[in-house]
Amino acid sequence: MSGAGRRLLIAAAAAWLAFVVLAPFLIVLKISFAEVMQGRPPFTPLFAWAEGALLPSLRASLANYALLLSDSLYLDSYLSSLRLAALATLSALVIGLPMAHAMARAPQRWRPALLVFAVLPFWSSSLIRVYAWIGILNDDGPFNALLLWLGVIARPLAILNTDIGIVSGLVYSYLPFMVLPLYASLERIDPALLEAASDLGCRPAGAFFKITLPLALPGIIAGCLLVFIPAVGEFVVPDLMGGSDTLMIGKTLWTEFFNNRDWPLASAASVLLILLLVGPIVVLERQGSKRAEERS
Amino acid sequence: MTSARRLGPFNLAALAAGFALLYLPILALAVYSFNDGRMVAVWSGWSLRWYRSLIDNRLMLDSARVTLAAGAVSATLALVAGTAAALVLARAGRFLGRSAFAGLVYVPLVMPEVIIGISLLLLFVQLDLDRGFPTLVVAHASFSAAFVTVVVHSRLVTVDRSIEEAALDLGSPPAKTFFLVTVPMIAPAMAAAWLLAFTLSLDDLVIASFATGPGATTLPMRVYSQVRLGVTPEINAISTLFIAAVAGVVALASLVNKGLLFGRK
Repeated sequence: MSGAGRRLLIAAAAAWLAFVVLAPFLIVLKISFAEVMQGRPPFTPLFAWAEGALLPSLRASLANYALLLSDSLYLDSYLSSLRLAALATLSALVIGLPMAHAMARAPQRWRPALLVFAVLPFWSSSLIRVYAWIGILNDDGPFNALLLWLGVIARPLAILNTDIGIVSGLVYSYLPFMVLPLYASLERIDPALLEAASDLGCRPAGAFFKITLPLALPGIIAGCLLVFIPAVGEFVVPDLMGGSDTLMIGKTLWTEFFNNRDWPLASAASVLLILLLVGPIVVLERQGSKRAEERS
Repeated sequence: MTSARRLGPFNLAALAAGFALLYLPILALAVYSFNDGRMVAVWSGWSLRWYRSLIDNRLMLDSARVTLAAGAVSATLALVAGTAAALVLARAGRFLGRSAFAGLVYVPLVMPEVIIGISLLLLFVQLDLDRGFPTLVVAHASFSAAFVTVVVHSRLVTVDRSIEEAALDLGSPPAKTFFLVTVPMIAPAMAAAWLLAFTLSLDDLVIASFATGPGATTLPMRVYSQVRLGVTPEINAISTLFIAAVAGVVALASLVNKGLLFGRK
């Protein structure tokens, strides 16, 4: 492809991305330096034209960032988001690894169907899946009924509205994101390597830790990031499953935006959240391009 | 070889437990949507009464219409924008800012939804656009286009470029080559991408809440406001319909993409 058509195509696609991806983030950045104000829009302009002045004067304020870094509500929100997302990522790995491993070892003709069923939940609404999960964990739901019947507990466990409830909801929501990359990297491991290990006297558990796990590391990293990144900013799970005292930054942002209508503060909190996630996102992108190179 | 080997008990248990975890809650939800009683947890016989009461619910029906329309329009917009971006990445070669371009394409895949929602809302406010159906469509297209690009791009890189080059060598203009040569080759991926963009739009709650306005309330937003009030069989009924619809669309998409429906291998 060459010439005017190529340039036109690049320009059109770049204009779309600039409009719907780049511009919104720049506006968030801009408003994060503004101050809240009664009116429409509810924040002060960043540039003010004084009468007769040639250049506008800049009225940037760092007050929002100062507040975010000093107010314990926000600090706690960030920290507990990171903590709960990390716990959920670890739990998803522990549940997803055996599942992906079994999928990768299943007979060839089962694998496409197993893959479809592992991915299908991703396409259904996360709101509905969280609602279904609440139904399971309810005080009078099947999970408590089972434990009561088994005699493990004497009265129903209150799982909803606790941190454990949130972590379980995050795991349930994002498990497919963990299974998929794990499966992709486990499936590519040559079974001959494991046979060689067993011929040389290595036990299956040893072979798993010495061969399978190191070779699956790119998939483990990708899966952990694909769960961790969206889980940190998750809104639906903490809102519907968390107690009134659970703080997660996605929910705090939502409240700040819709209930308190402090848009500059919400913008600054978004900027900090993006900064928090830039590291993991860059690692994820590196992993992706490395795999693309291997394939080509 | 592996295909001949059978799964051991540990692997079978892992598969059973994993899929049970993923599907039992959804199955329970669907079964209880047919429960006659008002209490979700107490079974009192099969009934379709909650589905009947949905049909009488004007607000839900209006929202269903908004949701389907927004899904169709935003998926079409996302298909055009996402395919253009995929063409640039797969065919335009090197150009200044290519890696920034690729970064912007894929950013919506990993950004938390709350941030996408806030940033789009602030864009609309900055442009002084009233929020409603059009802004909802643009917002949904903005993130589903990224998924379209992934699907279409993965097909474009497997297509034999010499066919396109032959058409160009024989004097076919690039635009004509694209529509008569490239599009028929990537049509299954484009159809699948449209369907996936459509389901993403149907499912979305968070971004829609920020991007839409009065008069264009989507079905997930209605379901959400009801779920906040508690668990009711009516939500189970609408959720079951929703999951059935989405599963149908996704199954269709994967058949189309594999070339099992209208298309070659």
